[in-house]
Amino acid sequence: MIDRRSRTQRFFEIELPAAILIVIALAPYAWMAITSIKPTADIARFPVVYWPDEPTLIHYADLLARTTFPKNLLDSLIVAVSACALGLGLSVPAAYAFSRFGFIGRRFLMTQFLTINMFPIVLMIIPLFVAMRSLGLLDTVPGVVLGHATFAIPFAIWMLTSYLNGIPKELDEAAMVDGASRVQTIVKILLPLAAPGIVSTGIYIFVASWNEYLFAMMLSGQNVRTVTVALQLFIGEYTIQWGLLTAGGTLVALPVTLLFLFVQRHLIGGLTAGAVKS
Amino acid sequence: MVSSRLTPYYFLAPAILATAAIVLYPVASTLWMSFHDFVLFRPHDVPFTGLRNYQRLLADEAFWISLWNSFVWVGLAVGLQFALGMAAALILNESFAFRSFARALVVVPWALPSVIIGLMFTWVYDYNLGLLNDMLLRLGFIKSPVAWLADPDIALYAVIVALVWQGFPFFAVIILAGLQAIPGDLHEAAEIDGATRLQRFRHVVWPGLKGVILTALLLRTIWVANSLDVILVMTGGGPGYATHTLPLYAFLRAYSGMEFGYGSALAVVLTLFLISVAAFYVRRTMREAFR
Repeated sequence: MIDRRSRTQRFFEIELPAAILIVIALAPYAWMAITSIKPTADIARFPVVYWPDEPTLIHYADLLARTTFPKNLLDSLIVAVSACALGLGLSVPAAYAFSRFGFIGRRFLMTQFLTINMFPIVLMIIPLFVAMRSLGLLDTVPGVVLGHATFAIPFAIWMLTSYLNGIPKELDEAAMVDGASRVQTIVKILLPLAAPGIVSTGIYIFVASWNEYLFAMMLSGQNVRTVTVALQLFIGEYTIQWGLLTAGGTLVALPVTLLFLFVQRHLIGGLTAGAVKS
Repeated sequence: MVSSRLTPYYFLAPAILATAAIVLYPVASTLWMSFHDFVLFRPHDVPFTGLRNYQRLLADEAFWISLWNSFVWVGLAVGLQFALGMAAALILNESFAFRSFARALVVVPWALPSVIIGLMFTWVYDYNLGLLNDMLLRLGFIKSPVAWLADPDIALYAVIVALVWQGFPFFAVIILAGLQAIPGDLHEAAEIDGATRLQRFRHVVWPGLKGVILTALLLRTIWVANSLDVILVMTGGGPGYATHTLPLYAFLRAYSGMEFGYGSALAVVLTLFLISVAAFYVRRTMREAFR
C-alpha cells in the first residue's frame, strides 16, 4: 500500500503511539524489577525514589537463602513439567483422531472439549478438593498436576487439532498406501511435521501451569508449594517486605515471559487459526 | 488399510476418560452438593436440602452485591481491554522501524502470573509508598494520597485497571491476526476509489474483523467472569464486599467458610449465567470450524 503520510505525521500517528504501547506493556513489570534492586531504606521512602543510588541484590540473596523460595521454584518446575507431559500425552492422540478421522460423535466431542475450557474453576475446585482429600492426593505433586490437567487437556486438544489440520492428509495417507502401519506413519511422518506445534502447545501448558494460582493453593500445602502460592503467603508471613516480594515476582515472571516471547508467534498461529480462517 | 470403525475412539479414550474424571465428575458433584448441606468435617452426614441453598442466596445481600460487581467487572474490564487491544492492533499493523520488537513486547502482560500482576499493582497503588500516589501528587492532580484499594468507592475500579492491563494483549494479538487476513489489495482499491480512512475502516476492515472480534469478545467475557485470582491477591474481596464478584464469593464461602453446599450453589448460578453466553459462542465457532 502506498503511504502518503509525511515523516512528522507518521511519528505522531504511528511511532509515538507504538512507543507508548510498549511503555504501558512493560512499566508495571519494570517498576517491580527496579524496586527489587533498591536498598530497603529507599523502598520505604516517600516521595518515591525512582532509581536507587546504590542498586543491590540483597533481596535476591535473602530470598534464596532465608526463605523456602528455592524449594518452591523446584516444586513449580516439577508440577509444570508433569502437567506438560500428562497434557500432551493424552492430547496428541486425541487431536490425531479429531484431525484424521470422521466418526460418529466427532462434532459433539469437540464441542465438549471447547466448552470445558469455559467452566468456572470454582465449579470444579470444591469437589476436586474433596476427592483429592479422600484419595490422599492433597498436598502431593500428582494432586496439583491433575488440577492443572483440567485446563491443559482440553486446551491442548483444541490447539493441536488446528495444527494437525494444517498438515496435508495426503502425506500420511501416501505413507499408509506405501505399506507403513498406522503407528509407523504417526511416528515417522506426522509427529516430526507437527513437532513445532507440539512444542508450542507444551510451552503454553508449561506457562499456564507455572502461572496458575487457585488450584495450586487449594490442592497443595506444606510438602508441595508452587511459587505463586509461596509469594502470596510471603505477604502474611513477613508483614509485607516489598524487597523480598518484588525480587520473588521478578524472578518468577522472567523465565516464563522469555519463553512466551520466544514462541508467541507459533502459539498465536495455532490459537487464531480456527478463529481467523472463516 | 488396517482401520476399523473403532480406531478413532481408541485414540480418544485416554483424553475422554481423564476429562470425565477431573472435569465432568467435579462439575456433576458440585451440582449434587448444591442441593445438600455439605460440610467438610462431617462427610458422612450430608442431608438433602433441596433448593434451600438457592433460596438462601436470594435473601443474601452479599450475593446481590457480588452479582452486580460481576456485571460491572465484566462490562468495564472486557470493554476497556477490547478498546485498548483494538488500538494496539491497528498501530502494530502499520509498518515502522521497531515493529517486530513492539509486537513481541506487547504480549508481556499476558505471560505474567495473575499473582505477580496482583502484587505489582498492589505495590503501585500502595497508600504510603506507591508510585501512583507519588506521580499524581508531583503532577498536582491530587492534594493528598488516595487509598486506592481501601476506599470502597474506588477499589473495584482499581482492580479492574489491573485486569485490563493483563488482558488487552489478547485482543491486540487476535485482532492483529484478523487484520493480516484482510487482503491488501482491498485497501488499495478502496483508496483509489477515494475512500477516507474512516470509510475504509467501516467498509473494508470492520467486515473482515467482525467474526474474529465476536469470538474474542465472548471468549474473554467468560474468562474475565471466571477469574478471581487478581482480586483475591489485591483486596481479598474487601473492603467489606466492595470487590466481591460471584466466583470470588463462591470461593470464599467454600474455602474460608467451609460451606461447600452454599458455595456450590453460588458456583452453579455463575455457570448458568455463563452457559447462555457460551452456547452462543460455541454455536458460532462450530459453524466456522466445520465449514
